Amino acid sequence: MRDIAVVSFAQSPCVAANRRDDMAGFLLPVIRDAVQQAGIDRDQIDFFASGSHDFFEGRTFAYIESLDAVGAWPPISESHVEMDAAWAFHEAWAWLQLGQGDIALVYGIGRGSLPRDLDQVLPAQLDPYYLAPLRPHRHALAGLQARALLDAGRTSEQQLAEVVSRSLAAAVANPAAQKSGAFSVAELMAAPYVASPLREHDVAPCGDAAAVVVLAAGDTARRLADRPAWVRAIDHRMDTHYPGSRDLTRAESARIAGARAAELAGFAGYDVDVAELHVQYSHQEMILADALGLTGALINLSGGPLAGNPMTATGLIRIGEAAAQILDGRAGRTLAHATNGPALQQNLVCLMSTDPA
Amino acid sequence: MTSLSAPYTVEFPFDRTVGPKVGTFLAGLREARLFGVRAPGGRVLCPAVEFDPETAEETGELVELAGEGTVVSWTWVSTREGDPLPHDFAWALVAIDGTDGSFFHAVDVGGDPGRMSTGMRVRVRWREVRVGEIGDIGCFEPVPV
Repeated sequence: MRDIAVVSFAQSPCVAANRRDDMAGFLLPVIRDAVQQAGIDRDQIDFFASGSHDFFEGRTFAYIESLDAVGAWPPISESHVEMDAAWAFHEAWAWLQLGQGDIALVYGIGRGSLPRDLDQVLPAQLDPYYLAPLRPHRHALAGLQARALLDAGRTSEQQLAEVVSRSLAAAVANPAAQKSGAFSVAELMAAPYVASPLREHDVAPCGDAAAVVVLAAGDTARRLADRPAWVRAIDHRMDTHYPGSRDLTRAESARIAGARAAELAGFAGYDVDVAELHVQYSHQEMILADALGLTGALINLSGGPLAGNPMTATGLIRIGEAAAQILDGRAGRTLAHATNGPALQQNLVCLMSTDPA
Repeated sequence: MTSLSAPYTVEFPFDRTVGPKVGTFLAGLREARLFGVRAPGGRVLCPAVEFDPETAEETGELVELAGEGTVVSWTWVSTREGDPLPHDFAWALVAIDGTDGSFFHAVDVGGDPGRMSTGMRVRVRWREVRVGEIGDIGCFEPVPV
């Protein structure tokens, strides 16, 4: 295996709706920022990988527009995943492992604000026979998951509000956060339900933003960053799709991805200082903390997705935030998690460290 | 500043062949009959699937079910245009009697969330006009005590 590290991370502030810029418009300054931090020129990048959804744009191959910000002449090597850009990060890591180049740039673009009604769009991710025709409300499957967790006695509505209160307070220090502030648990619990037992603040607020991570291998990484965030392991697993076919109170695929990543990395969730979890709903934090064995880690110091959720960039931002903890010298070992699909169906775990091995 | 906008309809304008298990399940709905499918080890799964989500083995015979069950989880939502019910309702997972796992659909309690609870008994309410789709089940309703 080659030693591969994150050498820089940049993101644009998450906003509820960006109607001023097209994809390339709001990606370009973020690419510039990440590339400048790494001290390289764009033409030194060997591979580009990105993640975004056509569904938000309402047209096919929508991401092609973003290539205007990448600069695709002379021809470049690039790839795109129709999912969270954390999976593009995994592809870029694998591409570098194959030894085809030394520097890769990964970007994610969230444009979830574009559809007038996400309830019309998000069911498109569900199976076309048994779920999508019923057009469940966008938070319905998460609501079922949260209720199952409450019924099992594993959490309470008060504990959910505590997760939100802590996340939004942490987000005050994060200039990219869409939502932040001091909210008391009592104040939060007075809010109405959107899909009981979930309230609006239990839901990661959909917004628009772009994020960029630069990866480099071996000595190149050592040259581009003082403290590279070495990717010690990355793994992703997928559960069955139908919500009635799995135990919604557990994220078995996250557990397996975490265990496999720990085997590769030589350290596990209980060894990390900081974890960034892709919680799309407040109740998912405890499901993931259980599945990943996060007994000692500080979780979502950035505020996490409950403070801003540019869908399809949100997972990559978790990797970026967890890497930034190492790049800035604030942590020694970190864990990043990303999810895709309904109610934590797919889960990716990335373990990073100040040491390459 | 205003942005350009245009109408857009999310649709899936294709015909598909759904295969022997899903196809029989959907054809059963048209006749107001609910089928599960037998998985390896004897478990029955409803709705019917071609492959067991636990073992990935091919499933076996179809098994007719009574269409009653127990709510194992639910979430209360506001009704929208095109929803199965004209008033607020619950989306729920219903453990159909005689099956493993649970079935996702709406539950009608007349718009009163106070009547919803985990463990409540419900039964299928069929649509009058049925076409062989999951929506042939209009919703579930409480079993009268």
